[in-house]
Amino acid sequence: MPNIEIDGAIHEVDGGQNLLQACLALGLDLPYFCWHPAMGSVGACRQCVVTQYTGPEDRRGRLVVGCMTPVGEGLRISLKNDAAKEFRADIIELLMTNHPHDCPVCEEGGQCHLQDMTVMTGHTVRRFRGKKRTHRNQYLGPFINHEMNRCIACYRCVRYYQDYAGGKDLGVFGAHHHVYFGRSEDGVLENEFSGNLVEVCPTGVFTDKTYGKRYSRKWDLQTAPSICVHCSLGCNTTPGERYGELRSIVNRYHGEINRYFLCDRGRFGYGFVNSERRILQPELRGRQAISPDAARELLKSVLEPAEKVIGIGSPRASLEANYALRELVGADRFYTGWTESGNELMQTVLEVLRRTDALNPTLAQIEQADAVLILGEDPSNTAPRLALSVRQAVRNAGFELAAKVGIPHWQDDAVREVAQDLRSPLFIASCASTRLDGIATDVFRGTPDEIACLGFAVARNLNPKAPAVRNLSASLKDKARVIADALKNAQRPLVISGTGCLDKTVIEAAANVAKALQSGGKALSLVVPECNSTGLALLSGHSLEEAEKALESGAAETVLIVENDLYRHAGKSLVDRLLDRAKYVVLIDHSRHPIAGKADLVLPAASFAETEGTYVNNEGRAQRFFSVMLPGAEMQDSWQWLRDAGAGNWEHADSIIAAIASGIPGLKGVADAAPGAGFRISGMKIPRQSQRYSGRTAMRANIAVSEPKQPVDPDSPLAFSMEGAAVQPPAALMSSAWAPAWNSNQSIIKFQAEVGGHLQGGDPGVRLLESSGSLDWFAAFPEPAKAAKGTWLVVPQYYIFGSEPLSSGSPAIAEQVNGLCVLLNPEDLDALQTKSGDALELQFDGQSTVAEAKSDIGVPIGVAAVSFGLAGSEGIDWLTRVPIRKAAAEV
Amino acid sequence: MQTPLTKNIKPGRDFATLADYRATGGYEGLRKAVTSMESLQVQQVVKDSELRGRGGAGFPTGLKWSFVPMGENAPATKYFVVNADEMEPGTFKDRVLMEEDPHQLVEGIIIGSYAIRATSAYIFLRGEYHLSAERLAAAISEAYDQGYLGKNILDSDYSLDLYLHTSAGRYICGEETALLNSLEGKRANPRAKPPFPQISGLWGKPTIVNNVETVCNLPHILYYGLDWYHGLGRGKDKGTKLFGASGRVKRPGIWELPMGTPIREILEEHAGGMQDGYRLRGFLPGGVSTDFMLPEHLDVPMDFEAIAAHGSRMGTGTMIILDDRTCPVEFVLNVERFFSRESCGWCTPCRDGLPWVVAILEDLIQGKGRPGDLDLLHHQTRMMGPGNTFCALAPGAMEPLQSALKYFRDDFEKYLRRPVLAEAG
Amino acid sequence: MNNGGATIDRRLSEAEIAEILEDASHYTQKSGASIEALKIVQKHRGWVSDESLKQIADLLDMSVDELDGVATFYNLIYRRPVGRNVILCCDSVSCWMLGADRVREKISERLGIGYGETTPDGEYTLLPIVCLGACDHAPVVMVGEDLYHDVDEARLDQMLNKGA
Ligand SMILES: Cc1cc2nc3c(=O)[nH]c(=O)nc-3n(C[C@H](O)[C@H](O)[C@H](O)COP(=O)(O)O)c2cc1C
Ligand code: SF4
Ligand code: FES
Repeated sequence: MPNIEIDGAIHEVDGGQNLLQACLALGLDLPYFCWHPAMGSVGACRQCVVTQYTGPEDRRGRLVVGCMTPVGEGLRISLKNDAAKEFRADIIELLMTNHPHDCPVCEEGGQCHLQDMTVMTGHTVRRFRGKKRTHRNQYLGPFINHEMNRCIACYRCVRYYQDYAGGKDLGVFGAHHHVYFGRSEDGVLENEFSGNLVEVCPTGVFTDKTYGKRYSRKWDLQTAPSICVHCSLGCNTTPGERYGELRSIVNRYHGEINRYFLCDRGRFGYGFVNSERRILQPELRGRQAISPDAARELLKSVLEPAEKVIGIGSPRASLEANYALRELVGADRFYTGWTESGNELMQTVLEVLRRTDALNPTLAQIEQADAVLILGEDPSNTAPRLALSVRQAVRNAGFELAAKVGIPHWQDDAVREVAQDLRSPLFIASCASTRLDGIATDVFRGTPDEIACLGFAVARNLNPKAPAVRNLSASLKDKARVIADALKNAQRPLVISGTGCLDKTVIEAAANVAKALQSGGKALSLVVPECNSTGLALLSGHSLEEAEKALESGAAETVLIVENDLYRHAGKSLVDRLLDRAKYVVLIDHSRHPIAGKADLVLPAASFAETEGTYVNNEGRAQRFFSVMLPGAEMQDSWQWLRDAGAGNWEHADSIIAAIASGIPGLKGVADAAPGAGFRISGMKIPRQSQRYSGRTAMRANIAVSEPKQPVDPDSPLAFSMEGAAVQPPAALMSSAWAPAWNSNQSIIKFQAEVGGHLQGGDPGVRLLESSGSLDWFAAFPEPAKAAKGTWLVVPQYYIFGSEPLSSGSPAIAEQVNGLCVLLNPEDLDALQTKSGDALELQFDGQSTVAEAKSDIGVPIGVAAVSFGLAGSEGIDWLTRVPIRKAAAEV
Repeated sequence: MQTPLTKNIKPGRDFATLADYRATGGYEGLRKAVTSMESLQVQQVVKDSELRGRGGAGFPTGLKWSFVPMGENAPATKYFVVNADEMEPGTFKDRVLMEEDPHQLVEGIIIGSYAIRATSAYIFLRGEYHLSAERLAAAISEAYDQGYLGKNILDSDYSLDLYLHTSAGRYICGEETALLNSLEGKRANPRAKPPFPQISGLWGKPTIVNNVETVCNLPHILYYGLDWYHGLGRGKDKGTKLFGASGRVKRPGIWELPMGTPIREILEEHAGGMQDGYRLRGFLPGGVSTDFMLPEHLDVPMDFEAIAAHGSRMGTGTMIILDDRTCPVEFVLNVERFFSRESCGWCTPCRDGLPWVVAILEDLIQGKGRPGDLDLLHHQTRMMGPGNTFCALAPGAMEPLQSALKYFRDDFEKYLRRPVLAEAG
Repeated sequence: MNNGGATIDRRLSEAEIAEILEDASHYTQKSGASIEALKIVQKHRGWVSDESLKQIADLLDMSVDELDGVATFYNLIYRRPVGRNVILCCDSVSCWMLGADRVREKISERLGIGYGETTPDGEYTLLPIVCLGACDHAPVVMVGEDLYHDVDEARLDQMLNKGA
């Protein structure tokens, strides 16, 4: 670690860094624009200039660009000398020559990096008298607003969108001071990570349109640390509330998971919280409202006799809600809400993660992989943020090559230039085309059975002790060998798989590959369906088939369903039968779905934004989320309804968390996911409101000018208040990123242990799964069935927008959801004498589903990939073979 | 006086054909190089020749080449690129060489490529040079026919393909790293250095970029040898150079003269002195990105260091003459408009600073200048100085401005003293 | 061009495609031929329309935005229709000193168009250009591919009558 001298003081810094990074890591304020901690340096904006001296005798020094200067032993610089300070102020002045100075009406105002840097450099007087150049703005879709006149041409947007996220439809046009950042024509941004432009852009060019519709300043938002509910990765988020509405979601830095970026589902999916689909008060069948007290009484009465009650939990409900239900009905009568095969899938995942000898990687570790095999998962659509990490992982070969010719990791353009299209190997085995295909070394397309076979064969190639696969086609054999060779040559090979194929042998095959690998850096990452699938699996429960049996046999009469639309987890006929057989159906949920219409009693639950709880993500990390606002008057947390019905006498969240930790062996760690309600800093709670939160009085001035007491929050160490501890809380309790002089999200730099690394004091959450390394080979590989003529194997096709139910309730996301589709190989389309756009009818046992035909060359012949989770998909029996024909009428 | 670079340019002859070129020893330098010398020997000869780049910066060519990885472990693919983008206002030397004696350039390219063991070579030609394009294309195809290009050149083990790329405009393409981006089909933003193109250039492979005139020197150095070459210059620098003059001189034009020829000789003997009724006020010695020099500097020799000692740069060696009837402020405005329009838009000082400079100069000329404007201009010249911008375009733009402020201050101030008509109305 | 799009084939011709692919073979990556490809299409059609741009992007495995970013960077790629002859008036310093402004004014007067404009008959478009590398014969003007030296009234006549 070299020592460098900055303004006379000696500091030890990380030698692999550039000077800007090093200064920021030391907590010094050095302004910058084009550099981004995740995207490296290009040296375009010239904002981070400092003075460098050749030695003690050198009094003049020369200006150098911080982000392009490697640190090295004996480097002497000054941030404070006049020449550098003046230059930095000049740069801001130049950036502002064309800027509209429209901060009062700009949505970035108050969280604007340009504002911060302008103040930091001390540029206050405008000398430019010329005419400002102006631009036309573009329509970019429902997520992002475009205001080009605010552009300072830092090039971050294109670098992020094209280079980092692999997007194609945003670019830079023109030259000199007319450079324009946008699309070649108006239109919806196609990349699924477009929302990060909002945070990547240091000014107000790209802003969150959904937030803009219900705008308030950042400092007027009430915020709390939260966890994304839209997939299993558990990205950390900061939701913002004002006037009882959720207004926005921004990224909350987590050094091991999402770091700086979210996917668009996670960022824009929050709208369901404000939506008309919310259940606002207790209801009887036919949406007949009753009072909460009456509802509580009624609930108690239908829970008698206790042995006739079964409870169905949910992978999208918190651990607390699921646990309370399990306590209420008893472990014997607790059902997960998954079918038998769903249960089996999740138990396989748990078994593998508990016993594999491979690393169960964080997203940050995934980015370090130097060879990747994706087996049967489509992360771009099932766990989007993971796909963004894979995009970074394939760059590792390029980084290595660059290092060989002396180009440092952070010098982004130079690394890309020398790397060209050299990528670390990435192999994708899937049932249809995926959005990562473009960066893959090779792709394999097959049925889930064939994908599993490929995996088994790869394992066998890697290790002769792995079970051999019979009847392998020659081409599959070749592929397996190529893949095995690439993985074998890697230091940090990574296998990604998951529940996406709905087929446990795929997961077993992935586990075999991981086991067969020799490298010490090997890793196995498994994607699961929902934000708390792992938590639910850790509680374990019976299947829906068993629930139906219990109801049919009369062993059970009443069904208590918590936060679950069963139609999403099981075929329509099974769920229909189950509900029909129940004498009494109770649903506790926050949003309306088909089950609500069939329930006798519906209780309104709080959404993630209004309650505190714990989710366990796909790596088995328990993470706590906190309410950002109070639930509606008649709502409460699911676990509180259940407590009131007699599940336990937990007074506060802490009590139920303690009960979970002591009651469930695998969940002992959950209590440590975040500090409990009693946590205080110097006797004070942590405020959810900023120190400049304005107008608690004014907000209600149209009602009364006397300010009501702020609500108390007995469940958490956070306060619904601006008063409280003014110092940095533990990472798990950081409700928003802000530091003096740093109002934008880039202030996170002040809270990291190293730039782009862990948060100070450690990243939040607790990893619950420790693996024993004792996993044995899985030997039962499938024998792919011969395709029967005239039938197609129905496999799930996931969509980032649509396959996940909560986000689909957000208006902006809903705009991006397509109707139900069936993807077929063009040859199959020809055979059916249809074309893309035609309506096709899939005939399941006793019923049919109509979907729009789409051609996908990636889908194997004989396979039909059908939209998963969309309205209309309830009747589908996945992984069965069915006849398909042209529908009589249009869809 | 010897004029190796232009010896085949003859009045009354359209251009030197392959036969014409060969008649004066054409392709013999190449033959010598590929049949009797190792690549590293060629590099050594060029290093010893002390040839300095003619593209403007005067970087020693042999030294530049020596950074290219050679030998077994060197990357299999390397490139030699000729910078024929000539777009610096006031510069018209490369065009003449390409139009009138295309084979000289082709031979030079093959020698340069051989010296670094390039696998392919490109000529990056500015788009408006249609005649050059036509003649070069023909020359390249003749060279293939003659076995000077393609597989096993002159039966040696060396093979090379040479492609002609015509550009689509933009002065910044002449900057060698912007040129590489442009050649890759991208926007012509320059690249950060390091890494230098010799390590990571075209498509990330080791690459040399040399100016047309630089490359045209190679056949002669190889064929006639070091002693001969060293004997050509009159001063410290070696060889000959194309010098030119434009503006209000009697005979604007271009002449091949020894390095170190005094400026006065070029202006008075070759260009015929000023036109009647015009007096010399100053001149830019080598294109618009060099500092003004004054009549008192006329006896300075055209040598890199000699010119530098007088606060300017030899640049391209083609002088632009400022006469006493042309307003130096308007002259500078014209030049800054050029630079502002040609900025690539990548780095802040250049992209946003140059339009500001233009705005101030326009205000000044329209009588809308304010006290402090000249100081501001002076400040801008320092802020956009060398090292502060991403590439050398903006610092180049500041050279005529800063020297005009120094030498023609009174002309600037006159505008400030003029009654401000705009405000009266 | 004011002859509408109707008579022009919107698809790239086989000749154009062949030329583009030939050039693309000179580069390790097809996208290396992007500028050349734009110029090839421009040679055939006078300018590069959105449709042409999309087809070129397809041919070279580039995204439309990427290619348009390139096309709009360079000043010799015309993304709007131009006249059959483009007049490039050098406005750099040597020509300016020797009367380039007057030459430009004269052309404007005669053709009734300013910079960036096209005559109603679609014959001429007038554009400024940086130094054409013939400063010893300033002022210079380029019409199509022809360079005109020492431009005065007489040369102007010669220049402008040729195309008509
Ligand atoms: C803005 C700018 C424009 C340039 N234009 C040219 C040019 O048109 N031709 C040229 O040979 N060099 C030009 N150069 C210089 C090149 O960057 C490079 O130094 C030169 O091609 C190297 O060749 P040499 O070593 O043979 O001189 C330019 C430099 C800058 C900064
Ligand atoms: S100085 Fe900067 S903006 Fe100007 S041309 Fe060079 S890189 Fe581009
Ligand atoms: S942040 Fe260093 S130049 Fe932009």
